[in-house]
Amino acid sequence: MSYIHIRGLEFSYINEAEEPPVKNTVLKGIDLDIEKGEFVAVLGHNGSGKSTLAKCINAINTPEKGEVTVDGLDTIREENLLPIRKRVGMVFQNPDNQIVATIVEEDVAFALENLGVEPKEIRRRVDEALKTVGMYEYRMHAPHKLSGGQKQRVAIAGIIAMEPDCIVLDEPTAMLDPKGRSEVMKTIKMLNREKGVTIVLITHYMEEAAQADRVVVIDGGEKIMDSVPKKVFSQVDVMRNLGLDVPQVTEIADFLNKQGYDISGEIITEDECVQALYGLLKDTAAG
Amino acid sequence: MAIIKTENLTYIYGDGTPFRKVAVDDVNLEIDEGEMVGIIGHTGSGKSTLIQHFNGLLKPTSGSVLIDGERLWDDKSKLRPVRFKVGLVFQYPEYQLFEETCYKDIGFGPKNMGLDNAEVDRRIKETAKMVGITADMLDKSPFELSGGQKRRVAIAGVMAMEPKVLILDEPASGLDPKGRDQILGLIKEYHREKKNTVLLVSHSMEDIAKNVSKILVMNKAKLYCYDDTRTVFHRAAQLEEMGLAVPQITRVFNRLKAMGLDIGDDVYTTKYAKELLLKLLAEKKFNRGIETD
Repeated sequence: MSYIHIRGLEFSYINEAEEPPVKNTVLKGIDLDIEKGEFVAVLGHNGSGKSTLAKCINAINTPEKGEVTVDGLDTIREENLLPIRKRVGMVFQNPDNQIVATIVEEDVAFALENLGVEPKEIRRRVDEALKTVGMYEYRMHAPHKLSGGQKQRVAIAGIIAMEPDCIVLDEPTAMLDPKGRSEVMKTIKMLNREKGVTIVLITHYMEEAAQADRVVVIDGGEKIMDSVPKKVFSQVDVMRNLGLDVPQVTEIADFLNKQGYDISGEIITEDECVQALYGLLKDTAAG
Repeated sequence: MAIIKTENLTYIYGDGTPFRKVAVDDVNLEIDEGEMVGIIGHTGSGKSTLIQHFNGLLKPTSGSVLIDGERLWDDKSKLRPVRFKVGLVFQYPEYQLFEETCYKDIGFGPKNMGLDNAEVDRRIKETAKMVGITADMLDKSPFELSGGQKRRVAIAGVMAMEPKVLILDEPASGLDPKGRDQILGLIKEYHREKKNTVLLVSHSMEDIAKNVSKILVMNKAKLYCYDDTRTVFHRAAQLEEMGLAVPQITRVFNRLKAMGLDIGDDVYTTKYAKELLLKLLAEKKFNRGIETD
């Protein structure tokens, strides 16, 4: 069985304020397998159900129907809650809502203290986590004085101090400036490549999703695409119809490809685009 | 004439305390009426502090702000009309909705301006239509709408005051690509139709490139530059040093140029990139044709 194993997952929100209560089914039977060490991006328009899905992975939401297991642990069983939360950490969009302490290192230590980890071990893990995200020199700073990207990295440090197998990030870069965005993306990729942490990244930035190993597209509470980024983004028209987008370089390559030029329609990175365009242009007036 | 002008504008948070921070440092600036301006800068660069001066929410520590030729803060009683002249839409404005119906929420600003009921009604209907809020949605509670719809109601509430200057702080943040294009599209449409001045704060260089004609760059509390889009994105290296960026497509073309291709360095939208590539490649076909003859 895969590390994160989702079968026939259904989930609804119930609005009790209405009489009779109104049921809104957000996830309508999702099957998804994520292996240990994978980097998976989840895309979908606002209201598609992707955040609800993310919260099902660490048992904030539990299935109404179907099943979700993490490392073989069923999320619906109460006694699995703590072991699951130790394995899967979550990072949310707004860094200001996730920071609880007045000193960076105390914030990173917060969860460990709650878990009753030994003080010496806390010290070791906090230092290591802060070094991993490149915030060690800020360990004595006040979090509210950091930039958005720095705060988000502190939030990530707080998660990795728990030494989870997997981190689920729900639009972690949505409120950041370009530099903050690239700092957070670098940190995520490093955790995945060097530390083997499984990453589930929910994002609206197509350039970020293009850096994942795999892209899952959710629409109307159903999984409608699940493949490598090249295969997903090369379907430019499909993505547009879903209210999504493709990286700018993909848009250009796809356009030239459809005009009959000799260029791959599966270009998703800047490097690939530069190489391909150079090949096309080098014997033109420009070259 | 400049609709917004600042003279040596400086703002200091917590002056006289150990937390003293210069947020806006000696900014001199003139924005002409009818411009659509993008404002960019790293987190903490002073963008938000700067725009809050434009409708008198903050009082300069030193220097001054002139709106439509009038110096703010000379006469405090004149601030109220300035707030109607310069409309400010904060980040995540949907959290500020409070009325029972969308109709009342959009009408709140115009009503406070002392307009008569018929005029308030006209403005609500006109702006609702402009932002794509249908007549039946107007009677609903704003809390029954989706996130994107709520945001459009909130923006309509400011547009309905028909401010000469509309300032929006990250109006598209948190929205999916389609929602982003819709919001920015309607702002562009508003600008085209009303010919009012619009200032747009954004962290998305792609959105800025697509929508504005001039860019104001803030860096470490100072005004780094205020120039047309082409000129600003021409300074890719400097922008990156400041923690900003240029659109992905601009980076691609800059790299091609560095590799020795003569392709100009003014590509910052995919639309223009496509036109340019087609033109260059068509010339190639033409040249090949001659060779084979």
